[in-house]
Amino acid sequence: MSSGIIVRRDPRAERIRRNRLHPRHHEFCQPAARWMGPNGVMRRNPHTVAAIGPNGLRRLDRSGATVTGGPSLRSVNDESHEQRRQVTLESPDFLVAVVPECPEGRLSSHDRDLFGLARQLADRDPASSGAVVAITFDHNAPELADAGADRWLALDDDSYAGYSPETRLTALETVARSWSPRHWLLPDGPAVGSDLGRRLAVRLAGLQPGSEEARAAARVWQVDGDHCICRGGGEHRDIHRPLPQVVLALAECAEPVSETRHEARPITLDTAPVPSIRRVTDHGRVAVDPSCIALDQAPFILAGGRGIGDWPGFHETARLLGAAEGASRVAVDDGYMPRARQVGATGTFVTAGCYIAVGISGAVQHLQGIEHCQRVVAINSDPGCDMVRRADLALIGNGDAILAAVAARLEARQHEEYRHDVA
Amino acid sequence: MTSPEVRVLVSSGRHPVSGRSGAAREDARAVEMALALAGEGVTLLHAGDPADASLRYYLGMFHEVPGLPSVGRVGRLDLLSMPAESDATSLLAEQLRHAGASLVLTGMRSEIGEGSGLLPYLLAERLGWNLVAGVAAIEHCDSESATILQALPQGQRRRLSVRLPCIATVDRAAPAPRQSAHGPARRGQIRVIEPQESAGVALDEPRGQWRFEPARVRPKRLKVVKGGSARERMRAAASTGGGGGGRVLSDLDPEAAADELIRYLESERVLQ
Ligand SMILES: Cc1cc2nc3c(=O)[nH]c(=O)nc-3n(C[C@H](O)[C@H](O)[C@H](O)COP(=O)(O)OP(=O)(O)OC[C@H]3O[C@@H](n4cnc5c(N)ncnc54)[C@H](O)[C@@H]3O)c2cc1C
Repeated sequence: MSSGIIVRRDPRAERIRRNRLHPRHHEFCQPAARWMGPNGVMRRNPHTVAAIGPNGLRRLDRSGATVTGGPSLRSVNDESHEQRRQVTLESPDFLVAVVPECPEGRLSSHDRDLFGLARQLADRDPASSGAVVAITFDHNAPELADAGADRWLALDDDSYAGYSPETRLTALETVARSWSPRHWLLPDGPAVGSDLGRRLAVRLAGLQPGSEEARAAARVWQVDGDHCICRGGGEHRDIHRPLPQVVLALAECAEPVSETRHEARPITLDTAPVPSIRRVTDHGRVAVDPSCIALDQAPFILAGGRGIGDWPGFHETARLLGAAEGASRVAVDDGYMPRARQVGATGTFVTAGCYIAVGISGAVQHLQGIEHCQRVVAINSDPGCDMVRRADLALIGNGDAILAAVAARLEARQHEEYRHDVA
Repeated sequence: MTSPEVRVLVSSGRHPVSGRSGAAREDARAVEMALALAGEGVTLLHAGDPADASLRYYLGMFHEVPGLPSVGRVGRLDLLSMPAESDATSLLAEQLRHAGASLVLTGMRSEIGEGSGLLPYLLAERLGWNLVAGVAAIEHCDSESATILQALPQGQRRRLSVRLPCIATVDRAAPAPRQSAHGPARRGQIRVIEPQESAGVALDEPRGQWRFEPARVRPKRLKVVKGGSARERMRAAASTGGGGGGRVLSDLDPEAAADELIRYLESERVLQ
């Protein structure tokens, strides 16, 4: 007790505080932030002394000064939703252009990684701040602010629809001429997604021949300072090279932005891109037989498990829905489906946009296989099973009967369309 | 239909696991596509080391397959001799400009060296030709134009028509190549073309400064759960996949459930 505070003991209050059965126990024990213990040692109640610090964490101040909670008394631990720091940038020193692929009109995880890399390049030097410009060929790309774009150029003319590499390329060229971004980031994927990036790389390299800056880096998977690592051909080599102007990056090239939110302020081009002649004509999508698509590529899967009793009805519904067929291991072991159709840890890892699981309980081995599915629908008689918990939409009922009803409806609709076409 | 003149750009590949040199998988598919399309009018083209033995693999594919156009003669490969570290673009572009071919097929990326997949684009830019990437099939081709099925993600296809001359890069989704046979591979002709002095093989300067290393294993991305209480983080780490927040509809008769399912699929634009 060197502090010199004289603390007067109140033996009656102490007694009541100790006795939890005392009728006035609550009254006495509530306000005590500090009291003298039975051995003469000062006791504190940390729950009343502590306050929420600036970072939202509970802090115990031992300096003796009483900290009263500031304006925010809610701790981060109470909050379930994340908080992002809003970042606005008025006059950037340079630009980093990102052209996300946006398959099906949404940002893919690959696109988000690309924005993460763009932020890494834009924020590298605190003395000169760069702005990330997103260039999309689609009108609705709502998640750009969360993805990390400061500016947003939406080119949503009809001429950019479908496969239109020439018109898109001239638009990007116009951007390059009017704003000259320091870096261009485009996705490099397995399929046609990387097409536009390579065209841009070659076109920009043609404008400044011989310069090393202009030689695009493809299949970049890591950027470190002003160097990048590219995966060479055949996956056997890594190439370390200086970071060029055009970067075609692989998925997971950087962590996506998760702590900040940016403006995504819409901007427009001053000079309209010169319309180019279309030399490739797009005749649109071709109907593909879903049973011919490899299961790991199929966009839409109807999967059956032990809960299916009527397999011919299952096949019929899959045909009418236009879905590829999948199965749980039990359905395969019982001989109702071929082994190649098994979904899960020992089968195929599927990437479908929509997965309908009928009569599948959702064992871990099965759920591992559908980890990358965007939407899962469960049809099951047991509302407590794991598949129902995983699903975005769960229908509780008899799977066979529901599938039969779906098939009847789709068939009726097709008949109607047919009659409509004939008439 | 007179079969068009088709050139296929090939280079040797490496097996993805064993690392043994052999045919590049996409290039072999390009050869298969060319043979199925033009039969006799196919010539292979390569710029590089004349001693490369794996190029014979492609020549071994020049044999008859029932139901496909006749190949008719032994395979031919034009080999533009150049040192490994020089730039192939100008040599190939010159050769193609004078070759009289209207359709050039190749793989999406080479399996050795840089493998950036930029070469077809550089050639198309230099020659002023059209380019279509990721071809799964060529449905029709005459002397003016070609109708092409382009491979999209998730097994989808898109139909394009393009005016010739055109360079097309062949996707993995194209039909599998036929076997290579030893006899045709031996009999195939390799015509080595030494570069003219005027062409001036350009040494690839910037590439000399790059550092090539054996590929490092890419770190696996961890699922990081930010913020939240320890209990939430623990639960997120232990759970499999996403989950929670789904709609559960019980006590529906099958008819109502079917309506609900169809409505959901339509709202998610899975079903038209
Ligand atoms: C090493 C190992 C690897 C494995 N790998 C895989 C794998 O890759 N893939 C895989 O799928 N499994 C795998 N399994 C098996 C897995 O553990 C499960 O046994 C299996 O997934 C269960 O299949 P199921 O859901 O069809 O059957 P069950 O678990 O028996 O579930 C049947 C479900 O159908 C429902 N049901 C019953 N009748 C009806 C009805 N009339 N209408 C609607 N619903 C009904 C029930 O409520 C239940 O939820 C593996 C197991 C091991 C040990």
